Amino acid sequence: MSFPVIKGTGYVLVHTPDIMHHHGTTQSLERAAHPDSEYLKSLNDHTRSYEDVVAYAPNQTYIGNLHPEELRNVPTPWFQNGLENAQRVGTFGEIMPQDEFYGLMKISDAFDLVSLEEGFLKKAKEKLEAHPLFKEDVAKMGSGDTLADVERFIKDHHADPLFHEGHLVGCVKRAHDVDVSLTAHIIFENLVSKASGVLAMKHLVDKTGLDVNSIDYVIECSEEACGDMNQRGGGNFAKAIAEVVGAVNATGSDLRAFCAAPTHALIEAAALVKAGVYENVVVVAGGATAKLGMNGKDHVKKEMPLLEDVVGGFAVLVSQNDGVNPVIRTDLIGRHTVGTGSSPQAVITSLITAPLDKGGLKIIDIDKYSVEMQNPDITKPAGAGDVPEANYKMIGALGVKRGDLERADLAAFVTKHGMPGWAPTQGHIPSGIPYVGYAQQDLTTGDLNKTMIVGKGSLFLARMTNLFDGVSVVLERNSGEVEAPGTGVSKNEIKEMIVEAMKELAAQLMKE
Amino acid sequence: MDLENQNRVKTLTEKYGAENMLILLGAAEAESAGLAAETVTNGDPTFAGPLAGVQLGLKVYHAVEPEFKDAVNPDVYDEQVGMMEMVLDVDGIVEEMNNIRSEFCKY
Repeated sequence: MSFPVIKGTGYVLVHTPDIMHHHGTTQSLERAAHPDSEYLKSLNDHTRSYEDVVAYAPNQTYIGNLHPEELRNVPTPWFQNGLENAQRVGTFGEIMPQDEFYGLMKISDAFDLVSLEEGFLKKAKEKLEAHPLFKEDVAKMGSGDTLADVERFIKDHHADPLFHEGHLVGCVKRAHDVDVSLTAHIIFENLVSKASGVLAMKHLVDKTGLDVNSIDYVIECSEEACGDMNQRGGGNFAKAIAEVVGAVNATGSDLRAFCAAPTHALIEAAALVKAGVYENVVVVAGGATAKLGMNGKDHVKKEMPLLEDVVGGFAVLVSQNDGVNPVIRTDLIGRHTVGTGSSPQAVITSLITAPLDKGGLKIIDIDKYSVEMQNPDITKPAGAGDVPEANYKMIGALGVKRGDLERADLAAFVTKHGMPGWAPTQGHIPSGIPYVGYAQQDLTTGDLNKTMIVGKGSLFLARMTNLFDGVSVVLERNSGEVEAPGTGVSKNEIKEMIVEAMKELAAQLMKE
Repeated sequence: MDLENQNRVKTLTEKYGAENMLILLGAAEAESAGLAAETVTNGDPTFAGPLAGVQLGLKVYHAVEPEFKDAVNPDVYDEQVGMMEMVLDVDGIVEEMNNIRSEFCKY
């Protein structure tokens, strides 16, 4: 059987301190309830500089500059042990500063909904002109509005303000005067998601050297909804992102499944390629403003900086088997079904051991598991523990119950088959998908053979079902054998068949 | 404990009587189990939800405590909780739950 491959990835972060102050739900709810609270007054003292965000080791891991195994060696807490000589640009993407990102929001805005003050816009434009991926796009930014105009949009037209370094530099306007699905707040969230998705997909195209015209389909898997009052989640971020990136031969659609969406999308992209429907499918998602500073109150209480100060984004290219890149084993899929049940044991069985059983594999046959890769620097002070470690312990414990490993080897299993978490707590962003970039390296130039990507999602948050959800898929080192199109057999097998036939013919001729 | 769950506990207690209620927790950490247990006995310690200042004093146990384990079918327990029993800090959770119950539980 020939499987599709992971051909490339893009991973980006955007440092968004002012968006965190004004649009993270923890902060915006606090502002509505207690506008003079001590917490809000303390925010500036607990906000990191762009340089600190770049030097932060987990962020360097996210953009491809510090392998998870190397992150393990950086002393914790990581926010007190910034890396020297850390770079903005990484193997997979970059960490973009807020001012440039506002410019990118303007570039990504098709309806003149982003208004930037002309002086600020000029500076942002100059910076983006020097950006290798956006210098062609800066013409779309226009020349900006006066500060008086920006203030008028906010005061008279319910626009949402954009701040930079505490100063008003622009706004996002509402897109309709009465439609509750097109308020400034929703347009703001959606444009941030769209623009960070654009940034990730731009990097994917750049890093893979892919001809952007060869992208057939885009699956977007963030956690926002775009639409109007008559179709609130109508869509379609995927095509909107593809348009800005210049993928003129692509269409696409949005897939929603809370934090499990990226893994669902990866499997569906693989299915589309394997079925021959499309050759090149991009899975992409931008980040969420609402989750910025989500655990901020705990971080302030523990006298730490607010570490949830970045919006995340990623893009993955799934293509036909090239004989080189890691294959997506579409025959080794795990699913949490409606009937699975909600106990952790039932969940881990359905996602981890059920797919392994299909391939006759043991828990220890998977070299690395990518689970909920939340950064423990963020979650531990907030009382949520070390999320990836808890997942690895559960997988190991199930292995002990199955007899795949000894109980005494549980701790060693967690280290050998696990990784420290490095992803920002942006819901879908940490869920399985952050490791795909490194998996591509580890399964080609590295020494791993099999990894598993696990996505989980809390569907009950939407109040439509009490169920939890999850899917998983195995990625495997490519054997190098590629099937000839439409045959179901590899080229080598065809060669062998021809050699056999020639031998038989020769033997026949000799007899005669 | 989230506000919705506090509301449910409060409503059910009003309907059936506090003496007829038993809260079973599944939290992964002793600290978070303790906070939830405190919420349904002494009231919401964060003073954010419907149980702020409401001392229900309900019976409350964690799924890995022996009181619960001994009361259910061992095969089902092993199938549903056995793995987590291996992963969680059972002693820490039991200690925390006992502390909260001895201090605040009225039933």
